[in-house]
Amino acid sequence: MLRRALFWLLVCCLPALALAQAIQPLPFRDHAEEVRFQHLSAELRCPMCQNETLADSNAPIAHDLRRQVFEMMQAGKSDDEIKAYLVDRYSRFVLYSPPVEPSTWLLWFGPLVLLVAGGIVVAIQVRRRARQTPDAAPSAADTEDDW
Amino acid sequence: MTRLVPFFGFLLLVALFGFGIWWNTQHDQHEIASPLIDKPAPAYALPVLGEAQRTVDKASMLGKPYFLNVFASWCIECVHEHPIMMTGMKQLGLPLVGFNYKDDPQAATAWLDQHGNPFDVVIADREGRTGIDFGVYAAPETFLIDAKGVIRYKRIGPITPEVLDREIRPALAALAKEGS
Amino acid sequence: MIPELGQFALALALILALVQGILPIIGAWRGNAALMAVARPAAAGQGVFVFFAMGVLIYAFLTYDFSVAYVADNSNLALPWYYRITAVWGAHEGSMLLWVFILNVWSVALATFSRQLPPAFLSRVLAVLGLIGVGFLAFILFTSNPFLRMLPMPADGGDLNPVLQDPGMTFHPPVLYMGYVGFSVAFAFSIAALLGGELEQAWVRWARPWTNAAWAFLTLGIVAGSWWAYAELGWGGWWFWDPVENASFMPWLVGVALIHAQAVTEKRGSLPAWTILLSLFAFSLSLLGTFLVRSGVLTSVHAFASDPRRGLFILGFLVIVIGGSLLLYAVRAPKVAKGKAFAPLSRETGIMIANLLFTTAAAMVLLGTLFPLIGDALNLGRVSVGPPYFGFLFVLLMAPAVLLLPFGPYLRWGKAEGRQLTAVALRAGVAAVICAIVAAFFADGHLRAIAGIAGAIWVAAGTLSYVVKRWREMPRGRRFPAEMAGMLIAHTGVAIFVIGVMLSESLSVERDVRMAPGETATVGSYAFRFDGVRETTGPNWRADEGEVTILSDGKVMTTMHPQKRTYSRGQIQTESAIDAGLFRDIYVALGEPMDATDVEGAWALRLYDKPFVRWIWLGGLFMMAGGALAACERRFRAKKVAAVTQANGTTQADGTGTGSLA
Repeated sequence: MLRRALFWLLVCCLPALALAQAIQPLPFRDHAEEVRFQHLSAELRCPMCQNETLADSNAPIAHDLRRQVFEMMQAGKSDDEIKAYLVDRYSRFVLYSPPVEPSTWLLWFGPLVLLVAGGIVVAIQVRRRARQTPDAAPSAADTEDDW
Repeated sequence: MTRLVPFFGFLLLVALFGFGIWWNTQHDQHEIASPLIDKPAPAYALPVLGEAQRTVDKASMLGKPYFLNVFASWCIECVHEHPIMMTGMKQLGLPLVGFNYKDDPQAATAWLDQHGNPFDVVIADREGRTGIDFGVYAAPETFLIDAKGVIRYKRIGPITPEVLDREIRPALAALAKEGS
Repeated sequence: MIPELGQFALALALILALVQGILPIIGAWRGNAALMAVARPAAAGQGVFVFFAMGVLIYAFLTYDFSVAYVADNSNLALPWYYRITAVWGAHEGSMLLWVFILNVWSVALATFSRQLPPAFLSRVLAVLGLIGVGFLAFILFTSNPFLRMLPMPADGGDLNPVLQDPGMTFHPPVLYMGYVGFSVAFAFSIAALLGGELEQAWVRWARPWTNAAWAFLTLGIVAGSWWAYAELGWGGWWFWDPVENASFMPWLVGVALIHAQAVTEKRGSLPAWTILLSLFAFSLSLLGTFLVRSGVLTSVHAFASDPRRGLFILGFLVIVIGGSLLLYAVRAPKVAKGKAFAPLSRETGIMIANLLFTTAAAMVLLGTLFPLIGDALNLGRVSVGPPYFGFLFVLLMAPAVLLLPFGPYLRWGKAEGRQLTAVALRAGVAAVICAIVAAFFADGHLRAIAGIAGAIWVAAGTLSYVVKRWREMPRGRRFPAEMAGMLIAHTGVAIFVIGVMLSESLSVERDVRMAPGETATVGSYAFRFDGVRETTGPNWRADEGEVTILSDGKVMTTMHPQKRTYSRGQIQTESAIDAGLFRDIYVALGEPMDATDVEGAWALRLYDKPFVRWIWLGGLFMMAGGALAACERRFRAKKVAAVTQANGTTQADGTGTGSLA
């Protein structure tokens, strides 16, 4: 277990080591294609160095997958098709964006629910306060310096 | 009563963390469950290591279950796994296909000469493209493919005696039960 | 011999922490002045021993004492002295010692600068800090002792991870911990208030400078970490929503809510329960962050070595501290609505809404960070949560807060004047729209850049509008009290930050290129000419150093020297070259030679033109400055007599602050 941990550490957790081999000049047709490649590979997770994007990882598999993504782009595949290709082989985990499906409703809608619940609590408290006896209007002692 | 909400929320969090600590002792966080389990193995056709004219493809391997072991001469963990490949895995009686992954053929041959060759046949994927089809991302990895060419089990990382007993033998037993 | 002294000092510190934690609380409960008086000396004593222990560890590193296992693991003979000091907190055991060290810095500061606090209250505050110290010292002594010996002593040590060999690493953890750990003071104040039943405004006034200072440190620490990642890790990225980054960001978000809530409770007496709860949350999240990084429950680039035993120890500690405090809150928090009433349209409501947004954002970050774990627990499969989730929801939640921001100072306490609000909305709105239209001409259709400009100008114009109003209406010397100046500067920082983020994210250009010496590549508005690679050396590394000349319009602007270093233990590290500018950064990273045998030939390089990226950290620095300035507000240091008078329930005039400005 420790040896494996050391292996991951060496390859993946020295990210600056990562960059040296993550730099992979590819023959793009134009700048727009290059930008598309950069965005796409930044949205994909490296299966081996799992805290790095495909764009930044030095792992051998990242190098291969970048080449694969590039070739598929040149072959005219869409972003969705490329992502589906990788998901079929490496599972959903290779996407940084969690899908929106029943198993992830808590994730996607939880904050919204919390916001609404909190909003209700705030509204109740504000209402309660407003109903209190008129201390609400600025009194003579409150100068502008009661900022 | 509502004042206790933060406290109970926290207790839930503690339960989650306790679970996390326990789960960590049982699992390797780096493993990604393969989406290919119980799906047909990708079609492949690769040259044999050292005999470029001879090719092994998926069709030729149908009819009997076999192990596909991803290894390379640059892979440190493969050295640790190799003794089990030579003994325990061989003793299971199934064909062992070596999948030489992104390797230099001479280095691979030398490595097998040095450490021993448990494989019935070794195929070479120099570029790693077939590896991508199998969802390989690191060596060593081992697949169990059944008689119909369906992937039934995948091990990411070296095979240890525990893995052999806890996971591989039961997987084989399940296969055998299906057959009969 | 000396490392054992360090260990002994920690043991003594633990005993003193126990004394500090237990006796004063009993004293405050029983009204026993002698027991209460133990607090200060005990805190001082604990501080002395912890400082000594830290000194011992630093000394061990400086003198290459490889008989100490921790020193041997994290340094070697070639490591320069300044990085040997950094190595003190470069791994788990040392970072825990740093935690306790900084806890003592805050405790000693509190013990020294709190003459105006009533003894019973101060006793409780110091006691809480003592008990926290007990937990951490016990953790260090029993599971993470940095003074353990390694015998036989190796001739040379391992190495400090090269990624950490950077000035940023020397700076980032101590400053970050000053923030993290600093929230323990606000926490202690709240616990003391809950225990003592002193729920009038006064205690919040005493807590405010400490809380603002801690928050300022945390802001600086996060800024430093982000800048360091950008400069050192070679991604050109500055925030990755990595679990450990999130662990520092959650307390920061709650800290923002807290400093605003404290303002409400201090000035108006209202919502004390929320203020207490937020301070409990802020520190709890700090402790949670400590847990997450060390328990191995989550994988991260940052994570220290994980060990289930340590994880369980910290978890137990969390249960006692956080669980205990939340239980205390449930039982003792004020139940009756206190303080002055306020209308629906008022600053109080504005702050409540803003706090709701910030707290929800913190909860969202927590949810996203923990969701992979939840997924495993509920067997949902391996869920991957990354920037598309965090970035998206964070912007969604912060957008309303940014919209509210200009109104902040214009909203009066109790009841706001609609007239003033519409006036500022008009002014800021018009300014924002005009600037957005201008930006549209330059931004090439990048919607995010335009939106960023609009949002930032909205905030900046609104804030400036208030500055002008204040300047006009108040006599010299009373225009901008420290607290208000801090607020204005921090809010301006938000505007600067928004510009930095939106513009750099949408207008950055990046290219991976293959260049032979003499070739030129164009990125953004600059030409990069590659002039070959030569070898250089440093104290514990040797490097291939590239020379890249930057030209703009044919004129040479600067020369950059990206390096690929090989350290004494064989690790390879890319040192990117950055040409920093206020309005853009140029960034060059050296990759691999195209032909591994021909170092003189072509190389792969990554080139960036990043406009306005420095504004991200500049905005953060403004926020930090604002917090620090607000902490200096003289009103917070009101003399003990005045404070006692207010505690006896005098009229409002004293409470608002006009009284003690002189």
